Amino acid sequence: MNAPDTGYNFAYLDEQTKRMIRRAILKAVAVPGYQVPFAGREMPLPYGWGTGGIQVTAAVIGADDTLKVIDQGADDTTNAVSIRRFFQRTAGVATTTETEKATLIQTRHRIPEARLGEHQILVYQVPIPEPLRWMEARESETRKMHALAEYGVMHVRLYEDIAHMGRIVKSYDYPVRVNGRYIMAPSPIPKFDNPKMDRMPALQLFGAGREKRIYAVPPYTRVESLDFEDHPFEIQTWSEGCALCGATDSYLDEVVTDDRGGRMMVCSDTDHCDKRRAAGHSGPMAAPYGETPR
Amino acid sequence: MYVAVKGGEAAIDNAHALLAEARRGDPAVPDLTVAQIREQMTLAVDRVMAEGSLYDPDLAALALKQARGDAVEAIFLVRAFRTTLPRLAHSLPVETGEMRAKRRISATFKDIPGGQILGPTFDYTHRLLDFALLDGETPPAAASAAAGPEAMPRVVDILGREGLIEADRPAPEGAEAGDLTRAPLEFPAGRDVRLQNLARGDEGFVLGLAYSSQRGFGSTHPFAGEIRVGTVEVEIVPEELGFPIVVGRVELTECQMISQFKGSKTQPPQFTRGYGLTFGHNERKAMAMAIVDRSLRADEFDEERRYPAQDEEFVLGHTDNVEASGFLQHLKLPHYVDFQGELVNIRALRRATQSARKQETAE
Repeated sequence: MNAPDTGYNFAYLDEQTKRMIRRAILKAVAVPGYQVPFAGREMPLPYGWGTGGIQVTAAVIGADDTLKVIDQGADDTTNAVSIRRFFQRTAGVATTTETEKATLIQTRHRIPEARLGEHQILVYQVPIPEPLRWMEARESETRKMHALAEYGVMHVRLYEDIAHMGRIVKSYDYPVRVNGRYIMAPSPIPKFDNPKMDRMPALQLFGAGREKRIYAVPPYTRVESLDFEDHPFEIQTWSEGCALCGATDSYLDEVVTDDRGGRMMVCSDTDHCDKRRAAGHSGPMAAPYGETPR
Repeated sequence: MYVAVKGGEAAIDNAHALLAEARRGDPAVPDLTVAQIREQMTLAVDRVMAEGSLYDPDLAALALKQARGDAVEAIFLVRAFRTTLPRLAHSLPVETGEMRAKRRISATFKDIPGGQILGPTFDYTHRLLDFALLDGETPPAAASAAAGPEAMPRVVDILGREGLIEADRPAPEGAEAGDLTRAPLEFPAGRDVRLQNLARGDEGFVLGLAYSSQRGFGSTHPFAGEIRVGTVEVEIVPEELGFPIVVGRVELTECQMISQFKGSKTQPPQFTRGYGLTFGHNERKAMAMAIVDRSLRADEFDEERRYPAQDEEFVLGHTDNVEASGFLQHLKLPHYVDFQGELVNIRALRRATQSARKQETAE
């Protein structure tokens, strides 16, 4: 573990800024699904790289936390590596790739497959926090719509999908209703992950740095994916399992293996896949576990 | 056998080493010094200071060097540094009427008290490449004269005495100017926040908006009332002293645009103002800012808001090039989880269409 860089405060942000962010987080937890404006700072990483999630993590992380960072479900993607390193440098905290061992997980685009517990906080990186943005571009309007719970446009949008294409075609960032009140963007996680948000024992925090919004889902809060009685919400399914670990219950990524149409499906959650293979599960394309480290 | 592609720390480290090498270029060519950039790339330095909202020519020059000359990247470096600085004091409003101007022109009056000063300008140069610069040269000393004793009142104030231009509305006593770097942007934004946003905004974007309004996608008919470039003193009032002291000087470019206004139910016909101010010497930005400022004041003059340059949410939400560049370029980050969702979707839709077609043919 690297020692924290000198010259910056613990976890980079100064304590005044952390206090400002913590206040926003407390408000967000008190009003589940409501987008709290906060005075987002310029971070040393670019907007779009997770500056909102990084600020939230920096505001809640403690010296005894164990941090896991994933991007697309994987611990070893470049941006996950870069963010993990950032906190190793600036906070000197322990890091892990194992979901169960982490107390704080920052994620982009996925929820881990393993069920999270009460001792954990999941921090999402959010590009566009406003679920109504594509129907109404104006912030002044959408804030009113949320205040009045005037969500007709969203239902019309979903209905139009069904009318035109026979199904709701939104496959990620699928809108949810939190605690029966606010409609919320779950960030661009696949809709496959939406059911995991419902009554999750872990605290879920969402940070949008460029748009300067924080929102939250407290533990055990109801999160429903929007749907219609005759068109119930459904998640993605695949006809095959993970080529490496054989899992049939995880979100799969498609990997192109040649230029003749060859492809394989593998778990997007690298830790989930590793754990299964360590436990002796294997898929059709797996080498014996330990011979080819993923 | 498939082995997952690892982003890996080694790859990142190697990329950074390559970047440093690319920045340095041919080692046979002497290393560029920060002082050289500060002294000889002054307008680039000024732009980085303005949009980085930090007045520090040395750091702006360093940022330009580190960013390989990329203005937006340099602005980002300066912003990320600025955000860590403590706020020690707030300055008093600077008095641009007392500016020591090196350039000052008005397009609305032939002569003005204090005179027109052309100063260092590209305006009347012939844009012919000067091949003499290839070998380096020292220009002959420019003519100089002692500054006259005459004061340089603002041109708009001259119009103001006749009541021909709307009065500047000073902020109410005790009102604090908004600060976008300490509070999120909310709509409707006050003019203080709008001006701060435009001052930090991308020069190219603000220029394009101003241009659109000049070409008819807007309703400004501006005259360059006055443009002045020079240094002003920055004063603060330390609590323990209770009176203002000068803490430094900054170079500024100020532009006052004058626009026509035919009057409304509550206001007589008069000229109206648009205001632009930037760190350093940047007339293009200051003028564009002034036009967009006026354009965004549409509501104040009962003008119908019909065009992008009049739309506060459109303009203020998209001026920041650090935000824009980041969000645009984040598309380079992996999106394969979302893309997989779309693949599953589109395959299902295609299957549905195909089976519907088959059924039609069968019937």
